[in-house]
Order: sequence, then structure tokens, then C-alpha cells
Amino acid sequence: MQPAPKLERRAVVRALLADRGELMVIAGLGAPAWDATDAGDHPLNFPLWGGMGGAVAMGLGLALAQPDRRVLVLTGDGELLMGMGSLATVGVQRPHNLAVVVLDNEHYGETGMQPSHTAFGIDLSAAAKACGFAASSLVTTMQQVATLRADIHGADGPLFAQIKIAADKLTLVLPPRDGTHLKNRFREALLGKVGHFQR
Amino acid sequence: MATHWSQQLHTLLKQQNIRQVSFVPDAGHTALIKLCEADDAMRAVRLTTEEEGVALAVGAWLGGDKSVLLMQSSGVGNCINMLSMLSVCQIPLTMLVTMRGDWAEFNPWQVPMGRATQPVLEEMGVLVSRADREDEIVPLAEGALRIAYNTLRPAAVLIGQRLLGAKTFDQ
Repeated sequence: MQPAPKLERRAVVRALLADRGELMVIAGLGAPAWDATDAGDHPLNFPLWGGMGGAVAMGLGLALAQPDRRVLVLTGDGELLMGMGSLATVGVQRPHNLAVVVLDNEHYGETGMQPSHTAFGIDLSAAAKACGFAASSLVTTMQQVATLRADIHGADGPLFAQIKIAADKLTLVLPPRDGTHLKNRFREALLGKVGHFQR
Repeated sequence: MATHWSQQLHTLLKQQNIRQVSFVPDAGHTALIKLCEADDAMRAVRLTTEEEGVALAVGAWLGGDKSVLLMQSSGVGNCINMLSMLSVCQIPLTMLVTMRGDWAEFNPWQVPMGRATQPVLEEMGVLVSRADREDEIVPLAEGALRIAYNTLRPAAVLIGQRLLGAKTFDQ
């Protein structure tokens, strides 16, 4: 039997971010940041232009600071591999409002599509399970993506999903690149104008 | 003696409304870590590597929480690239760094990073002060917290090994 064709990353991210409400999104360095922007630039997106390996820990800090709001870390296999220890850090804290979704194309897309560890069978969803995530799944169909979208908004976390996607090189859809702008608009959308006066 | 300044630091962190305290354990920070873990108003977050603490601080600040990172000087080397985010995004963080590789160091493998700790932090845009006497720790930490959160940048206090007592491995 032929394996099913892999999912298209932009369709996956549009489905995950449909009717997002107050969902806060940390989008990891590279294509996940472009995907999140393609689905619609939003003040509650924090797209990363650097800090490779830090997306999960960043999502954790945000989830702990805002326990009544939902946080999605949307990142790539290469970015996650650089910070795998942070899965263990999340597993100790067990934030109920955090979801980590890895768009796994098994390649380092920004640097010339070199294969990543997942191309050799390294199983990120098993690693998350072993690190104490409340649920961890391998996603290969759009039906599973729809279920995952609902879980991101309502299920008890921390959640982890590894979505197998095609290794397509797509048109860049770039978010703003001024970090202070991204930070200030995020904090204003979350905290209100009073956020600018915090010290 | 060590407990004394750790208790004062804990009180200072509470006064400054620090909500997240992340750490990779170090002997010099043991008492402070215990106090933070026992405090319901703070979240103590154990890290697998210090750079997670820098990223955690970015997320915490996006969410309105102030945080502090506790580590040994060798951990500074693990943070270098992640520190970029603090200067690019103007995100405040105070780091309390217990020194290895300086006064009376026993382990030669600690010396290179110990010597590089302050220049590396400064190259990455962190304001650095250094306590070599016990009575300097709390005032310098207060100054670092205030300048970090009032001027939206990272600040570090290095706590010297002469003050902490060098590890001897019972030699």
C-alpha cells in the first residue's frame, strides 16, 4: 500500500488557527512563523526570528503567567530538537493550558532542506509522552488536525502533537520583524494599555 | 551565614513581585531555591539547561510576569544565543550568577568559563555587577532588579567564589 500523501503545512496551520479566539501563539523560528503569519497576522502571535530551541520554554513561561488562557507553541522539528530538554521542564511543571505542536517535515527547511533527526525515525511524540505530557499524538490526517484544534482550546494539558507535513518550500509570508513591536502589541492585546506601565 | 543573604534575597524577590524563578541547581543557590520552592506566590522552575531560563523569561514577560534566573557561571555559556532575544525585544531579566573558576578554584576545567563570564554577558548586552563581600549581594541584586525592570534590559549580579567558599572536594 502506498503511504498517504503528507499534509500541506499551510492548510494544517490555517485549520489549527481557525476561530482562534483568545489563543496565544508562540511560532518557532523559520517556517512555523511564516505559516502562522499566512494564517493571519495577529497581535497574540509572537513569531520568532531567533532564539532557536527556545519556543517551548517561552510557551511555558507564558502559560505559567496566564493560567486562565490557552497557549499554543507552534514549531518545527529542527527547532524542537535544539531544545528537547524543555520537554522535561514542561513535564515537571505540567501547565494544563499549554499545547506544543510540531510541524515535522523531517528537514531543516531554512538552510537548504537537509534531513533532520526525525527523517531517521527519531520519535518526538514518544519523547513528549516519556516527559510527562498529558497527551501526545502523531497526526497524519486533516481529521486528526480538526480534533487537535479542539483539544488546543479545551483539553487538559500539557498537550503535544507531532504533525507529519510535506517538505515543501513555500513563499515566505513574513511577520513584522521588530521585536519590540511584536512584544508591545502582544502585551497590549493581552494586558491592555496598563501593560506599558508595568515595571 | 549563607542562609542569611539567601533569605534577604528571597524577601527582595517578593518585594519586587518576582513570579517565576528558574534555575539549574548550584550549591551557592541551594538555600534561595528552597525558599522559592516553598513560596506559593512564586513558581520555581527547574531547567535542564540555563538557556531555557532566558526563553522562559521572554514568555513570562509577554504574559506580565517578572522572572529571575539563578545559575552558576558555567551556565552563562549555555545562554549566549538566547540572550539575543532580550536585547532585540527589550525584555527585562535579572540573573543571579554564582561564580566558579575564580578565587581558589580547584577544578581547572572551570577556569575558562569563569574568566569569560563577565565579558560574555557584557558582549550580549547584559549589565553586570559583581559582589565579592556578603554585604554587597542584596544591594547589588536590588539595583539589578530595578534597572532591569525600569529600563527593560537584562542585568546580572555575579556572586564571587571568595564569598561563597571554593569547592575543595575535601582536599
